[in-house]
Amino acid sequence: MMYNQVVMDHFRNPRNVGVIEEADGVGEVGNPLCGDMMTIYLKIRDERIEDIKFQTFGCGSAIAVSSMLTEIAKGKTIEEAKRITNRDVAEALQGLPKNKLHCSNLGADALQMAIRDYEARKAGIRRPELKRKDEHEHSHGDKCYCPYCDVEVDEGATFCEACQHELKEDH
Amino acid sequence: MSFINLDHISANPLLPEVKRAMIAAIEHDYHNPSSQHRRGEEAAAALEQARAEVARLVNAEDPREIVFTSGGTESVNHAIKGVALANAERGRHIVTTNIEHNAVIRSLRRLKSQGFTVTSLSVDAHGRVNPAAVAEAITPETILVSVMHANNETGTLQPIAEIAAIARARKVLFHTDAVDSVGVVPFDVREIGADLVSFAANAFYGPTGVGGLYIRKGVKIFPLLDGGVQEHNKRAGTENLVGILGMAAAAALARRELASRMAHLSRLKALFLEGLAAEIDEVIVNTHPVHSLPHLVSASIRYVEGESVMLMLDDEGFGVSTRSACATGSLRASHVLLSLGLSHADAQGTILVSFGLENTAEDVRRFLSALKKVVATLRGISPLYRKNASTG
Repeated sequence: MMYNQVVMDHFRNPRNVGVIEEADGVGEVGNPLCGDMMTIYLKIRDERIEDIKFQTFGCGSAIAVSSMLTEIAKGKTIEEAKRITNRDVAEALQGLPKNKLHCSNLGADALQMAIRDYEARKAGIRRPELKRKDEHEHSHGDKCYCPYCDVEVDEGATFCEACQHELKEDH
Repeated sequence: MSFINLDHISANPLLPEVKRAMIAAIEHDYHNPSSQHRRGEEAAAALEQARAEVARLVNAEDPREIVFTSGGTESVNHAIKGVALANAERGRHIVTTNIEHNAVIRSLRRLKSQGFTVTSLSVDAHGRVNPAAVAEAITPETILVSVMHANNETGTLQPIAEIAAIARARKVLFHTDAVDSVGVVPFDVREIGADLVSFAANAFYGPTGVGGLYIRKGVKIFPLLDGGVQEHNKRAGTENLVGILGMAAAAALARRELASRMAHLSRLKALFLEGLAAEIDEVIVNTHPVHSLPHLVSASIRYVEGESVMLMLDDEGFGVSTRSACATGSLRASHVLLSLGLSHADAQGTILVSFGLENTAEDVRRFLSALKKVVATLRGISPLYRKNASTG
């Protein structure tokens, strides 16, 4: 088995799955081209995350990351939640396979985006309705990440210069 | 906990008769078939008997047209690199398809770095190549056409007899990677008109680590391995006689049982496809409805990701495989599935179900109910299902 017991537990029994209607903040990152997509919903009361829910399309690791992230963030103040990093999530899961580390990027990115959405709404900035991203658009930056060593690579790259792995069949 | 193997495309169990043949070969402690004393000659006789048995499976004219190898990968490397090196002065162009196994793709990539050029043809939505496109791609420089018989990710069969005829008419050699079809469906090298055929024992319940390469008499090819004069000078190295005798036992059984095996497997496949259509919405079946292996189904289940489906099915006691790139180290979707025209998201949601001789109709029914449950769970988590589902 490629995943440890903590990861498998969160994959098998994901915490905080679902949608919060009338959410105070929504963050959505990823695209299926890189393998996963994640949406985070926040309910905020007195500058504290009272409730958090997620929806994820992705591999076992992406689902476990989403679940762990919501557990870490729930009950935290906005300022505390802003300090949650990808590394915190990966460490709480007691490690992920190297080629799955990018999944943890996705989790914290989605949370930070949801917090920014909340703050923008609070400041009275009207944000357009979230729309499905075009498949080739990368909402967590304009790069893809090498699945082997996690360095950024160009979207069409067929070879990772950093770790010398081929990334995609070249015809 | 019980485990039902629905991943026979990755590995088939050894049949009891094959095990017995291999154990007998080990206990007999065969000598080196190249030795000239009586124990060597006894080993050579066993080897040649095995070669004749394997030759019958593919209907080769002469058993000497069969070379035993370490498996499908070696056979493919030998066919492609051996033909390219031996015929380079005639031309340096090779025609293939976008859906070949990595053994073919990477052998060709190696040749490209040595100055060969490759034309790779696209396929239709079920993964079939158009023979007319092969005819168009052949140039006076072309020395080889390599098109796989059965695709390992979709099960779709290519019209290789037509393609072989086109290659022959243009005096170009034709190789087919038939690793997933020889011993599974009828395969007659003479009827097809192939010059080179790669195949492997495990596809027909023989051991892994042993395979064959059919080289039609008269084909100009260099060995991949240089050394001794084994295998009629085509493959150096002392023969893996235990494996080869296992392969021969499996070949004999496969030839005898081919029709009944196909009937059993096709019935399970039909049952599964029927249940899949009835039980789960928004599924794309990638396997060709007619021209496909009897035991394999590739299905893209929309809005879920293949590795998650595979892991949850494992928890339910079923082994399937996924070509979703996530499971194979690369996070990119499979080149085969993208070649069919699937979107990345749909390609990621693809599972591969392959039935085997020991599976039953009851296995299929239980699997369908587990699959339905797993897909419902994962779609409940998926943001794509909520947004894309047209009704509710």
